[in-house]
Amino acid sequence: MAINVTRRQFFKLGGAGLATSSLAVMGFAPEPAEASIRQFKLTHAKETRNTCTYCSVGCGILIYSKGDGAKNVEQNVFHIEGDPDHPVSRGSLCPKGAGLLDFVHSDGRLAYPQVREAGSDEWKRISWDEALGRIARHMKDDRDANFVQRNAQGQTVNHWTTTGFLAASGSSNEAGYITHKVVRTLGMVAFDNQARV
Amino acid sequence: MINSQNIIARSATTTPPPQARSHVEEVAKLIDVSKCIGCKACQVACMEWNDLRDEVGECHGTYDNPTDLTAESWTVMRFSEHETADGNLEWLIRKDGCMHCAEPGCLAACPAPGAIVQYANGIVDFDSNHCIGCGYCITGCPFDIPRISPKDSKSYKCTLCSDRVNAGMEPACVKTCPTNCIEFGTKADMLDRAAKRVGDLKALGFRDAGIYDPAGVGGTHVMYVLHHANDPNRYSGLPKDPRISPLVGAWKGVTKPIMAAIIGITAFAGVIHYVTKGPKEEPEESADDDPTTRGYDATRRRDDAEDRPHGGDR
Repeated sequence: MAINVTRRQFFKLGGAGLATSSLAVMGFAPEPAEASIRQFKLTHAKETRNTCTYCSVGCGILIYSKGDGAKNVEQNVFHIEGDPDHPVSRGSLCPKGAGLLDFVHSDGRLAYPQVREAGSDEWKRISWDEALGRIARHMKDDRDANFVQRNAQGQTVNHWTTTGFLAASGSSNEAGYITHKVVRTLGMVAFDNQARV
Repeated sequence: MINSQNIIARSATTTPPPQARSHVEEVAKLIDVSKCIGCKACQVACMEWNDLRDEVGECHGTYDNPTDLTAESWTVMRFSEHETADGNLEWLIRKDGCMHCAEPGCLAACPAPGAIVQYANGIVDFDSNHCIGCGYCITGCPFDIPRISPKDSKSYKCTLCSDRVNAGMEPACVKTCPTNCIEFGTKADMLDRAAKRVGDLKALGFRDAGIYDPAGVGGTHVMYVLHHANDPNRYSGLPKDPRISPLVGAWKGVTKPIMAAIIGITAFAGVIHYVTKGPKEEPEESADDDPTTRGYDATRRRDDAEDRPHGGDR
């Protein structure tokens, strides 16, 4: 589309533009109504207490998800910050904890059990039932084969040294106690928490 | 604490702001440089809360990451290695970001109405909806803080989490800080805390410890406790006596109204002239439609060009 503007019209338009803009600069312009310029993003979010997954310090976190939990709503975590009521961290978080949100939504996050069979170079998705069943089978077979009741001196030791157990990091005292009881009951010796990250 | 009625200064706006409220307490963030371990939890918490994700950078041989503030990194830790006169090494780590000056140079320099506002509690906030991306706020800032985004050509900086403060919470960086190096409260309380901490540092042998709350910008709502307050420059170039560039005062204080008045008077004179004298009468050009006298026919020439698919080359 072509607009034919004569030299005279061009000057008129330019002059009018200049005049109106300078009038606006001098204050002869309506001001837009000022709304609050930043909205608080946690209003009506659902708040859930939890423990940071990273290290054994076990800082308390507050997980905020969209929606109030009504049945027609799919919850989605959109913000995580420290829990001020948690005695360990009292609201503070280290850089890893402060970035937990991207950990929750990471594409690389392990969301289901996988197995890499002997001789294979591929990870295959399996069900939780199958995974737990196979782990139990391996443990039982190994314990049956290698459990030591007495040592060379004939002393009763009842230990199982061929399998180790690595427990979680952010465990409470009670969870650690129960883990300890389960593992020691089996006679397992090599046992650690992921406590020194 | 913050609502729209609590805006006490607005960029490029001549209408006086509401002033009846007198009991809004000024807030402040206190950064105790001597307690910072440079963990950068504040950087992460800032990005997480403000929905920013800067590009993953590269290591430049220092712990600075990113190496400078960007439109998506509103706070960065600056690491400097300072050798003292007696040959000792001091590793000084300073959290850099907006200082929320009581007399903000960015706001004074900004030509876009409402793009920068100052609340009664002292927070200086950018409203990117109104930003025109001219970059004058960077010129006006004595601390070189705002950054223009290459994505949308708008200016960004720390908001002191004005949305959180509005809701009665502390800024995200303050909450996450594991070493209690960043604190938040009323400015009076923070000055008290800072004074105590300065006393502690002096007792530890830092004779020049002090509070950084520069008077050149009317005081700031982000303050530092420095172990060497006599030489703030040591902390990655923190200015000793920051002042707003005199160019900002000249541009906004004197030049702008004069120029606006001249342009306005010119336009007004034009209108008066038109009313009193009327439009300029030109002799009728009777041969206007004759192509030989016209010499240049814009319409025809354009049509010719459209007929040639490979452009108008002759």
